[in-house]
Amino acid sequence: MTVTAGARFVGQRVARREDIRFLTGRGRYVDDIELPRILHVAFARSHVARGRIVTVDTSEAQALPGVKAIYVAGDLASLVHNHTVDDEPHGRDRPFRLFADGDVRYVGEPIAMVVAENRYQAEDAVDAIAIDIASDEPVLDPESALNADAPLVHPGTSSNVYIDIPSVDNPALDEVLASAPVVLTETFRQHRHATVPMETRGILASWDPLRDELTVWISTQGPHGVRAQMARVLGIDDSQVHVIMPDVGGAFGLKMHPRPEELATVVVTKLLGQPVKWIQDRRENLMADEQARHDQATVTMAADEAGTLLGAKVDFLEVGGAFPSPGGSAAVFTTLLFPGPYRLPAFGTSARTVHTNTPGRGAYRGPWMIETVVREQMIDCLAARLGVDPLELRRRNAIREEDLPYTMATGLAYDQMTGYATLEQAAEKIGYEALREQQRAWRADGRLVGIGICLLAEPTAMSFGWMTSDAATVRIAQNGQVTVAHSGASHGQSLETTIAQVVADELGVELDQVRVVQGDTDATPLGAGTGGSRSAVILGGAARGASREVRDRMVAIVAHQLEASPDDLVVGGGRVHVAGTPTRGMTIGEIATQAYTMPAMLPPGAPLGLEAQSRYAPESFCTWSNACHICVCEIDPATGAVEILRYVVSEDCGVMVNPNVVEGQIAGGVVQGIGGVLYEHMPYDDVGNPLATTFVDYLLPTATEVPEIEYGHIETPAPTNPGGHKGLGEGGAIAAPPAIVNAIADALLPLGVKVRSQPLGPADIVALIEAASP
Amino acid sequence: MADVSVRLVVNGEEKQANVEPRRTLADFLREDCRLTGTHLGCEHGVCGACTVLVDGAAVRSCLMFAVQANGAEVTTVEGISRPDGELNRVQEAFREAHGLQCGFCTPGFVVSVTAFLRDHPSPSDQEIKEALSGNLCRCTGYQGIINAVRLAAGANS
Repeated sequence: MTVTAGARFVGQRVARREDIRFLTGRGRYVDDIELPRILHVAFARSHVARGRIVTVDTSEAQALPGVKAIYVAGDLASLVHNHTVDDEPHGRDRPFRLFADGDVRYVGEPIAMVVAENRYQAEDAVDAIAIDIASDEPVLDPESALNADAPLVHPGTSSNVYIDIPSVDNPALDEVLASAPVVLTETFRQHRHATVPMETRGILASWDPLRDELTVWISTQGPHGVRAQMARVLGIDDSQVHVIMPDVGGAFGLKMHPRPEELATVVVTKLLGQPVKWIQDRRENLMADEQARHDQATVTMAADEAGTLLGAKVDFLEVGGAFPSPGGSAAVFTTLLFPGPYRLPAFGTSARTVHTNTPGRGAYRGPWMIETVVREQMIDCLAARLGVDPLELRRRNAIREEDLPYTMATGLAYDQMTGYATLEQAAEKIGYEALREQQRAWRADGRLVGIGICLLAEPTAMSFGWMTSDAATVRIAQNGQVTVAHSGASHGQSLETTIAQVVADELGVELDQVRVVQGDTDATPLGAGTGGSRSAVILGGAARGASREVRDRMVAIVAHQLEASPDDLVVGGGRVHVAGTPTRGMTIGEIATQAYTMPAMLPPGAPLGLEAQSRYAPESFCTWSNACHICVCEIDPATGAVEILRYVVSEDCGVMVNPNVVEGQIAGGVVQGIGGVLYEHMPYDDVGNPLATTFVDYLLPTATEVPEIEYGHIETPAPTNPGGHKGLGEGGAIAAPPAIVNAIADALLPLGVKVRSQPLGPADIVALIEAASP
Repeated sequence: MADVSVRLVVNGEEKQANVEPRRTLADFLREDCRLTGTHLGCEHGVCGACTVLVDGAAVRSCLMFAVQANGAEVTTVEGISRPDGELNRVQEAFREAHGLQCGFCTPGFVVSVTAFLRDHPSPSDQEIKEALSGNLCRCTGYQGIINAVRLAAGANS
């Protein structure tokens, strides 16, 4: 059997089908959904980072117009049967509570929940609640949080350490570090970021007492996980919960799991028997939702005189905040991933996650990325020490084709790794040698221009626990129309288009014939949704599997009808026909009609209908993609402003389904990285007040701050999945910060400035320059 | 405070309502007119997702009260498409240049760019970037958006 589709869609820059409704204002996000008798929620939150709640007086608020109910922890917490998520790594050991109860543990922690007839009334009532808190000294600095006499974020625990991964004895590494010709130790710090999709969180929950059913519309990355969790919350069966994911306005990891506010909304709709809606506002998002990054690491790296890496030892410290999200700690991944795309024969590591009186850490795009940040900064430090060009040092140590398969000292293995190829492609694209020449001339003129590189190994489509598999159902109706219902949860990733591309190719039909359905737990197979750069690999595998099964059935039917061998048939152009004789065959609609309505016409034993479901899990724990970023920037020494002059990304994500989507993912990630290094910072004052709770203070990059990103693609098909795809959703956001930091450090090199921490806003850079001035 | 009567023309249709004086134009459009294409990304006038045209000028409807728009002509993203429902050239250019991903900021960009290209039919790159700087997008890194405006402007010339 041969498939010769009329057009091959995979690999083409197909325009997206979801665009039309978004461009015309016909998208449907959770706040756009109306039901009769909706009640609206607003939360009264702590204004103190750590302290004892003295009084919460809701009497005045209760009396305000439109107020239906006001709840505090004691009213609702006991109604939450089980808050955990599917396959939660730390389960019930993860600190959790619905609302502050007796004490408060971060500014923004919910204390009371107002339910009113409209949002204006709910907010009026929040303002009328009188909250008195006796404040205590908060735990803010991660290093002092580790002190034996530090106050405890969670009273009754023995320390502020949430996750502790101790180092293991490694005499071979000790020997390397003791004897290597060059050994460097540096500590690098990365600051706290917020996670800010343009659409905030939101939920509309409606309990139907007559059906005994809960319906939830929620801005999420995984509706099936929400269903299971909300069933546990209420202590009811999954079958009593229907979750619908409408259009979702970005997430970046923030919407992997519901938070206490969403759990409370579900509890309250059941209490009141009316639909209840909570739409987070931006202040709540910045002040109280999951935050990210805020890590540090001390790296010791050893090399010989030629710059060959001999070994490294890294101690990571990440800030978990008070209530980390279920997947919020990245400590395990940072320790596994540090070696990256380099030959590093000896490695030892340790990591801790520490609680502070700040919002919980979440799994923001590339949650483990501190390992790449500090590794790439350290490579540049080593290059400077050795007097070797940073590109050349990477060339000497990058894993090459002949090294494969390569097993890292941490045990993870590369079946493929084209990091070296992307390094060379990016260097050529940016004209590296000439650029260095030019830089010398600029420096002679006093201009501060720097070049920064990051070489990235990106573990995508991690397949474990609840994230192991995805599924798709492919159905061909009597009219030949194809419907794919899948377990993914596109919230910007373009799956409505890319999954259709994959299926149209497998079935040899036009793109317009394929309808893609997601996000409704009653209509789609179980699965984790979209996150962790998984969809092209895992969901793509499922969509191919289901398509191929349906295709095989069509071929069997036609072979039976025409008394032809399946091997002599061709699938394509919306038909199955005999090779070389296009007139001898059937349209897909004709085949489908027979499959549904004419059992006697089918081959003996063939199943009725044309529908198949396939569940797919990759062959390996993760599917590696890789990239090289090179950034060129110029610094104004007077103002500290950084201008990015060039930005090149060379990446290998295997077979690209849609290059527009690939480049869109890269660009979005890179610009989040630019924002992270140069503009975005969630600072706290010394009593734990967040100082960036609006977009006037928490600065996102705009169109005027971004360079034109230049792309290079290398397409090495992944051997481990049927489409040859590798993920890439997070790589841009992982690799951009170190590339930019290294470019800034390189620009400031002539001034003797050492860059070891972020952010690098104008004031930070001026301070660095002044500190280095004699 | 007592409700106030407002009368305005929204996407060519007359709309009369009694509203609280503090009701924002954005909430009025979304809830009273059921035009939910106007999105709220920050409610403090920075992100631009709620941009609409008021008497032709691009404004942030989260920063304006409905009563301030009394007597005005308001055009939302729903009113910007061609009357036959087909995409206009700005919308078409966004689609062609992959200028959107999650789509949440998109209506604000479409409205802002429509007003900008009407006033600046042949903009320079710098003018394009400055015109876009009042709208935040978190998905695209602005690459496709900038290209879309270039494309739509090119269709002008």
